[in-house]
Amino acid sequence: MASQEQTRPQRRDDGPDDTPEPTPPPAAGAARKADTDIDGILDEIDGVLESNAEEFVRGFVQKGGQ
Amino acid sequence: MTVRRVMGIETEYGISVPGNPTANPMLLSGQVVNAYATGRGIRAARASWDYADEQPLRDARGFEMGRHLAHPSQLTDEFDVEDPTLANVVLTNGARLYVDHAHPEYSSPEVTTPRDGVIWDRAGELIMREAVRRLSVQPPGVNLYKNNTDGKGSSYGTHENYLMSRRTPFGDIVRHLIPFFVVRQVMCGAGRVGIGTDSRGAGYQIASRSDFFEVEVGLETTLKRPIINTRDEPHAVADLYRRLHVIIGDANHCDVAGLLKLGTTSLVLGMIEDGFIREDLAVHRPVATLQAVSHDPTLQTKVELAGGSKLTAVQLLWRYFELAGQWLQSRYAGEPDSDTAEVMRWWETVLTHLEGDPLDARQEVDWVAKMAVLQGYQDRYDCGWDDPRLRAIDIQWSDVRAGKGIFHTLESSGRYVRLVAEDDVVAAVTTPPEDTRAWFRGQCLAKFPTEVVAASWDSVIFDLPGAPTMQRVPTLDPHRGTRAHVGAIIDAAPDATSLLAGLASVREAPTAPTAPTAPDDPNLP
Repeated sequence: MASQEQTRPQRRDDGPDDTPEPTPPPAAGAARKADTDIDGILDEIDGVLESNAEEFVRGFVQKGGQ
Repeated sequence: MTVRRVMGIETEYGISVPGNPTANPMLLSGQVVNAYATGRGIRAARASWDYADEQPLRDARGFEMGRHLAHPSQLTDEFDVEDPTLANVVLTNGARLYVDHAHPEYSSPEVTTPRDGVIWDRAGELIMREAVRRLSVQPPGVNLYKNNTDGKGSSYGTHENYLMSRRTPFGDIVRHLIPFFVVRQVMCGAGRVGIGTDSRGAGYQIASRSDFFEVEVGLETTLKRPIINTRDEPHAVADLYRRLHVIIGDANHCDVAGLLKLGTTSLVLGMIEDGFIREDLAVHRPVATLQAVSHDPTLQTKVELAGGSKLTAVQLLWRYFELAGQWLQSRYAGEPDSDTAEVMRWWETVLTHLEGDPLDARQEVDWVAKMAVLQGYQDRYDCGWDDPRLRAIDIQWSDVRAGKGIFHTLESSGRYVRLVAEDDVVAAVTTPPEDTRAWFRGQCLAKFPTEVVAASWDSVIFDLPGAPTMQRVPTLDPHRGTRAHVGAIIDAAPDATSLLAGLASVREAPTAPTAPTAPDDPNLP
């Protein structure tokens, strides 16, 4: 079913220069960066994550909506 | 024959006060709306939503629910000016910012492309971020979350709206859309820690809302939630249009997922309107299947079609993709418009990624992005899905603050595909889309804030100096009141009185819904 030749999305001209290429096939550089960068991601999360996770989760109580 | 049609997204944000889980969410939501409105010089205290044309109990199947039978939460048109928790304003970008039950809600202006849908949806997030910043001056402040569940049994919605031709039988919509909605979540689910509405099961699932759906078709939105919602409140010329109110989606942070949510749905609706889907893709036990698909991030769960064949969710989406490709080919026999082409390219890319290793879609699809992070966290700290740190990441993922929200933190270092420029999103906070009636609404608010006393999707009401009565300008055709139609008149009007005089003298003005444009193709202005 997925035998069609894949067309790669092209970045639109109006995008900023620092946007990542919206063409991340599995083996592309951007994706590989994400693989090797999980430690960096986790470090960033540890930097912002609420210190008392249990209390934070307990405190997030919502009323139902639509 | 295109992805273009009038559409929009409304999002109820999660709300909480740090350290005070019992804070009154209705009051807090009112504070959020007031904080933003006040900061922008909008008079939030005044009644500024025109409820005259709201019909929340009208059912698309052709009847109306009695008000005495309705759950109080369904009476969305009741308005009590004495209640400060019903803060409700119209913004200069054409959006509505108000308190919906216990949540602040941002309803985007009407747009005509999925790309613009993403832009004005993200503008709503900036608006909520600004409200949080304003409230933070008084600690502990109020935090807002662009998510759809607290993981404890409550859900709140992100609804899409699509303008459709009234000619399309509602039964056709139900028949062809239910199977699509059962599987659409694998392209645009937000991801969620916990199984079951109250997360009683440990695990990770694809969509945050799937466990909250109980029936296939229905009018309710807050209980017995249906896969297809039948609210028939077109906010437009009712003989020509219906507004399909889609309640099954999740709020998105990823541009690609958001684009696909709107774009692929619009294409499927286009095929339904065109009578193009001939084969029966009906899914056996749709509600149970919706949940089974959501509970399997490996994407191996089989969906059983009524005919007996079994496909994975991705395989069924390929079927819709192929149909859309054939439909476009048969109608265009060449290049579709750029918005349609963009949606088709991303649709193919994301399905290709999902059918290999789903993690390949981690820069494009919210649930995959979140899962990749959570699995990494599990590996580092050797913890299970019931670890509160994972649930905390899940919640904080959607915090709207730039320095606190985990998605925003990771996004700022370029880890996710961005389709729209931040500058465009910032502009959309104050500027309406140019190609729908939202232009007229937003520009009136921007230019004549004193004279506009109320507005709604299909009206703008003026209180003109010296006039004996208020003047209501109906905007019943979403394709009118565009910049092309009325931009010059608005620009030329030195005051609101001149504006109304100018509108009256022009046949193309949004004041005359008697001759709506293009009844044969409501998708094109």
